[in-house]
Formats: sequence, C-alpha cells, structure tokens
Amino acid sequence: MAEEKYVLEVINISKSFPGVKALDKVNLRIRKGTVHALMGENGAGKSTLMKTLAGINQPDEGEIVLNGKPVKFDNPRESMKSGIAMIHQELSPVLEMTIAENLFLGREFHYNGNIVVNYPKMNSEARKMLEKVGLNINPTLKMKSLTVAQSQMVEIAKAIGRESEIIIMDEPTSAITTREVDTLFKLIEKLKSTGHSIIYITHKMDEVFRIADEITVFRDGKHVGTYPAAELDTDALIRLMVNRELTEIFPEKNGEIKDVKLSVKNLTRKKAFENVSFDVREGEILGLAGLMGAGRTEVVEGIFGVTKLDCGEIFIDGKKAKIRAPSDAIKLKIGLVTEDRKLSGLVLPLCIKENMTLPSLKNLSRFSIVDRKKETAKTLEMANSLKVKTPSIKQLVQNLSGGNQQKVVLAKWLLTAPQILIFDEPTRGIDVGAKADIYHLVMKLAEEGKTVIFISSEMQEILGMCDRIIVFHEGRISGELTKKEATQEKILKLATGMN
Amino acid sequence: MEKLGVIEGRKANFQQLSSKYGIVIALIAICAALSIATPNFMTVDNVVNVLRQVSINGILAIGMTFVVITGGIDLSVGSLVAFSGVIVASFVRGGFNILFCMLLAVVASTILGSINGFFVANQRLAPFIVTLAMMTVGRGLTYVYSDGKPISPLTQQYMQIGKGDVAGIPVPVLILLVVFLISFFILNYTSIGRYIYAVGGNEHAALVSGINVNKIKLLVYAISGFLSGIAAIVLSARVSAGLPTAGSGYELDAIAAVVIGGTSLSGGKGRLWGTIIGILIIGIINNGLDLLNVSSYYQQIVKGCIILGAVLLDRSSNKQ
Repeated sequence: MAEEKYVLEVINISKSFPGVKALDKVNLRIRKGTVHALMGENGAGKSTLMKTLAGINQPDEGEIVLNGKPVKFDNPRESMKSGIAMIHQELSPVLEMTIAENLFLGREFHYNGNIVVNYPKMNSEARKMLEKVGLNINPTLKMKSLTVAQSQMVEIAKAIGRESEIIIMDEPTSAITTREVDTLFKLIEKLKSTGHSIIYITHKMDEVFRIADEITVFRDGKHVGTYPAAELDTDALIRLMVNRELTEIFPEKNGEIKDVKLSVKNLTRKKAFENVSFDVREGEILGLAGLMGAGRTEVVEGIFGVTKLDCGEIFIDGKKAKIRAPSDAIKLKIGLVTEDRKLSGLVLPLCIKENMTLPSLKNLSRFSIVDRKKETAKTLEMANSLKVKTPSIKQLVQNLSGGNQQKVVLAKWLLTAPQILIFDEPTRGIDVGAKADIYHLVMKLAEEGKTVIFISSEMQEILGMCDRIIVFHEGRISGELTKKEATQEKILKLATGMN
Repeated sequence: MEKLGVIEGRKANFQQLSSKYGIVIALIAICAALSIATPNFMTVDNVVNVLRQVSINGILAIGMTFVVITGGIDLSVGSLVAFSGVIVASFVRGGFNILFCMLLAVVASTILGSINGFFVANQRLAPFIVTLAMMTVGRGLTYVYSDGKPISPLTQQYMQIGKGDVAGIPVPVLILLVVFLISFFILNYTSIGRYIYAVGGNEHAALVSGINVNKIKLLVYAISGFLSGIAAIVLSARVSAGLPTAGSGYELDAIAAVVIGGTSLSGGKGRLWGTIIGILIIGIINNGLDLLNVSSYYQQIVKGCIILGAVLLDRSSNKQ
C-alpha cells in the first residue's frame, strides 16, 4: 500500500496503442518537494505516462495513487482538480486573449450576479501570480506578444495559481535561451521549497544533474530503475537509457573538402536578415550558430525558395541559380530538413511511405502514375538503413516518436539524392540514441562529398560536427570561426553581439 | 520487432478494419432492415431505380471529395449544375451537335470552378466564402441567361443520356461508374492524387517538399466544376429541360455523402469509395422511406440524423 512520504505513485501501469505497447507495467514514485527527472529515449513511454497522469489518456491496467488514495482520471479536468498540472512541450495558449484571460480561463472572476467578468480584479490577481514566477509584465498584454519562455512562465504561473501539488514539465527548455533557463531553474528551486513536486522530462543531460533529486529511467515502455541523482553520472545515465555504450557521440570526420559548391551573396529579406554572404564547399559541414530568432532559419528558407528574398544572389557550382519555389531548389539537388517536423516536415495524416517519397515522387512516376513497387522498395531500403523503428512503412507518421519522425524527414530528403543538404536543428527534441544516428549520417554524407549546412542552437553539436562556423546575430553574420578556433565562449560572444 | 527490419506491412489490424468498414456495415444493415420492412425494396427494378437516383449526387460528391481532401469545400456545385444545365439545354434546342453542347456545358462549369480555385489558391481566401459567392453569382448568371424560364423540351436523342440504358444499366449509372474509376485512379495511383492528400494534410510541408500547392488547389476546384457540368448534362437529360432552379441544395447532399463516407473536413484524410457508400446510404434511405410511405418532411429529419450518426460512428471507431 501507499506510504505516507510519496505524493504520487504510479503502480504497474500499462497502455497499448494499435501495434505498440507504449507502457508495460511501469512504476513511478514521487516524493513531496522534490524534482524527479524522467529520462528515456523517444518512444520510451515518458510522454504516454505523463498524458495518463494528466488524464489525456486512460491506462489499460494499473493504478495511480495520489496522497495515499487511488484515483482515476477520465479527462484532463479531473486530473487538474486533483492537483496535477502539466506544462506541455508544445504550449497551447489562446493567442488572441490577454495573459490574465489565459490565466483565469474557465474560472474568471465575476461581479455579483456571476455574469459580468470583473476585469480589474482579474488583472490585479494575474499580476500577483506573474510576480510569483518572477515575470514583470503587464497582464493585459495579448498572449501572442510573448516569447516562448514568457509563455512558459505564464503556464507555470497558471499551474501554481491552480494550487497544483504536482507540476509536470515536458521538455520545458527545448525552445528557450540559456538565460531563460536560469530563470526557470530558480523558479523550480522556489517551487520545491514551497512543497511542490516536479516531474521533469528532458533530453539534456546537464539540466538533469543541475536540478533533479531523483531520476527514473524508462526504456522501450518499461521501467528500468529509479536512482538518486547523486549516484549517477552522464555516462551511466546514457547507458541506462540506451542500453549500449556510446563510445563516440560525435564521430571522427574523414574525407577531404573540395571546391566551392554553394555560394550566396548579399541575401536580404527585410526584417529577417541582411547582407548574408557565405560559401560552402563539397565535403564540408558549415555550421550556422546563433541565438534563437537570429535569422538562420529564415536565411535557409530564403535559399530554398520557401520565402522570397528581397535581394541577393545564389550560385551553385559557380553558376547563378534561380530559385523561386522549393521545387526549383529540389531540381538543383538541394534538400532542406526543416526545423519543425510537425509544422513543415511531415504530413501527419499520411503514412511513412507517402511522406518519404513526397519530394521525389516525380522520379518514381511515369506520366504521373506512381510506380508503387519501386516506391515501396526505395522506402523499405531507406527505413532499414536509417533504422526507423516501426512495424510497417504503412504506419501513419503521427503514431511515431519524435526521433523516428525526424528520421522520416531525413529519409524524405535523402531519397531526392541531394548534393547540398541543409539541416535546421535536426536533433531538436529527440533522444541520445537517435541523435547519435543522425550525427553519423550527417558525417557520412559530408565524407561522401555532399555539401552540408548545419543549423543548431546546441553548442556541443555545432562544435562537434562542423568544419567551419558562421555566427548570426540579429539577422547579420557577426563572425566566422574555424573548427580549431571555435570555443563555446567565442561563439556566444558573437551570437550575443558582444564585440 | 524492429530487429527483424522494417517490413512493408499491412495497413490495418482487425480493429482498424472494423472502423474502416464501419459504414459498409451500416449500409448492409440498412439494406437488411429495409428488405424485411418492405418486399418492394430488394427488387431489380428498385435497385436500378435507386442507382439512377443517386448518380447525379454521386458525380457531384466525387468532385466534392477532391476538394474536401485538400481541406476546402465547394458550395457552388448546385448553382454550377443549374448554369451548365441551361447552357446545354439552350444549345440542344438550338439544334447544335449534342457532343458540342455537352462540351460547352462542361467548359462553362470548369471555368467557374477554376475561378473558385484561383481565389482560394492565389488570393488565399477562405473556400467557404469564395464558393458561397460563386453559389450566388452562378445562380444569378443562370437566371440572366435563361431569363428565369425553363428551357424545354429537349430532343429525344439527348434525353437518352438521362433515361436510356445499356444492357439494362442506366446511362447515368454508367457515367457515375466511369467518373468513379477515373477519380479513384487519380487519387490512389498518381502523384497528383498524392499531392492532393499532402496539401490537405499539411500545406506548408507540401510546399517545402516542392509541391506547387496553388496548382493543386486550383485543380481540385476545376475538377469539382468539371463534374458539376457532367452532372448538369445528366440532370437536364433526365428532366428534358434546363431549369434555372435546378440543383439547389445539391451541394449539401454532396457534402453529406462525403462526410458520411469518412472524409475529414479538416483535410488530408479521405476515401473515394466511402463517398460512394455515403451517396448509397442517402439514396437508399430516401428510397426506403418512400416505399414505406413516410412523408418527405420526415425524410429530411431522418437524413440529418443519419449524417450526425455516421460522423459519430466514424469518430468513435477512430479513437484509440
């Protein structure tokens, strides 16, 4: 039976989806006033368990015990009422409403009579809530005017305001800057001291050891173990998560760098980037570093023809290239692995095969008629060589984990046989194992003589992967570093414009 | 499982199959119930009659399916039927070659459909608004052209398209069958079909994948317009007239069939054979209630409930 010291116990919970056993008799015990990190590769079952706790889905078997009492959540509302708040990886505020309206959504203050909303009271209460999380902004601002980090703080304020005992944070730092992370961690410490318990999901090792008291590891839907954070180190934790040694996260690069393949001159799009010029060579990995919103994504979208350039020229093999739409870029053998899988990488209601062949379907068709045999053969080959974990290529991509979805996006571009590959944050929100697979793949492509542009906000990645690094600051190139010169400090200085 | 490598795989397990074919089961159940309730239902004459009745809605619903898969909607099909109808009727009465008359009708409706597509694709207006406007404009054009009067009667030869049969199968049913087969082929076996699904499932991802999104959108509204023209020919031949009031409300029957068939109004998901089942369900219920002497007032209520029921069934079986 439940012991007094745990606020929340998950006992032998199982959950299956068609074709996948997402959770297999998992356990989780959370102590009061602690940060409990939940670790595991993508597809390990973390998100499924959290959705179960938040009442979004219901377990097939097993029990949830809250403060010693067994509970059942049929919907998110019941979970919320019991004091569990979930801060989702992808936030979903009502953008057109004010911060205060969002904070009190569904439980607005009213004047006597319960009809007319009492805005003055709501706004002043909202201000108090925001101050608690260290956010000094006007609660009457619209939600859409906030940064990702600020919206996250608002979500946390909402959770505290609901008097939630347990706060689930699903990769809260995946989209915020280093400084904002510090603010978040201070807040987490404060929450701990006031008796809140936090379940923290992340893929970032350094964060775990900074804030977690206990770590639970899941692997393939099973509970591997729970350990005090002090007893583990990064290597041990990775071993538990992937069950194999990661001797080299970043592989050694062989192969030579040859002639200039792609060269861009004075690319400009108003309010996004200005006078961006650079060259990339065959066999080279060029890193684009910078803070979020520095204009890197916009630049590569401009090159690829997703958005229009105001001015600037693009040369491929020394010849001027006209790229008016992505189809032109694809014809010129360029591939763009976009930043946001769900937004621009995948068509979620379609299956793996249909997604993988989307940009290369013309080559697989004659007179518009798709050669299905060839399509299936190509897709199978690619799925196997990239180790996509799926029972079938007819699986809908919306049922895949993040890492596997990302592999589908990679596959889709590899099938176009590109000469120039642009990777925009290719490892965002995916697990260590899948990351290592992607690093190896990118290295291999460069070694084969492909030209690679690599955008990442993770310093380690940029330093570990790239032959040369260009740093962006507010839409302009603020500096260039070779692999030898580059250090975290130098990149950060250039990225923040402290020169 | 992954250690064995990825396999081509079957698309569905038993649970998914039952959800996929839920509406087929519903259709069979309705047929069974009607066969028991009235002996006149399961006769060759009646079945042929039902098929003849659903063929016009079927042709329109197939066009609608293309549009709905891209996440759009086409409210103008009823008006386009009327417009093409009066055009073809006037030229048939003018003694022109029948094939030429039909070509004119189809070209006219395809042009109007393409105008829908232009505003949706290039001007990025909401399909609901654009096609609502076209619905009104199309009806207005029809009245202007016909001066508000029916254009009839039409020649015996032309009427064969609506009333004739080949080896016992009514011509409208044959036309529906051909339209279905070609459309099925386009949607499932060609790259264009794949692009239609991709645009509806994630327009931005489709764009980044090199698909000309505007072209695909224009195409589906043109297809819907084209098929409205075909439906107009069948209808005018059946009633032996170009009626300016023809086709009103047809867009809703077509949308209903698409929805009953399991195509998602939010785009990216849909199946053409489902639409055919959808029109059969609507047609059979209308026919069955007629046979049972239920007043047409009640038929409307029943039809509405069926639409809701079908969507509920589809949603509950798609839930995991």
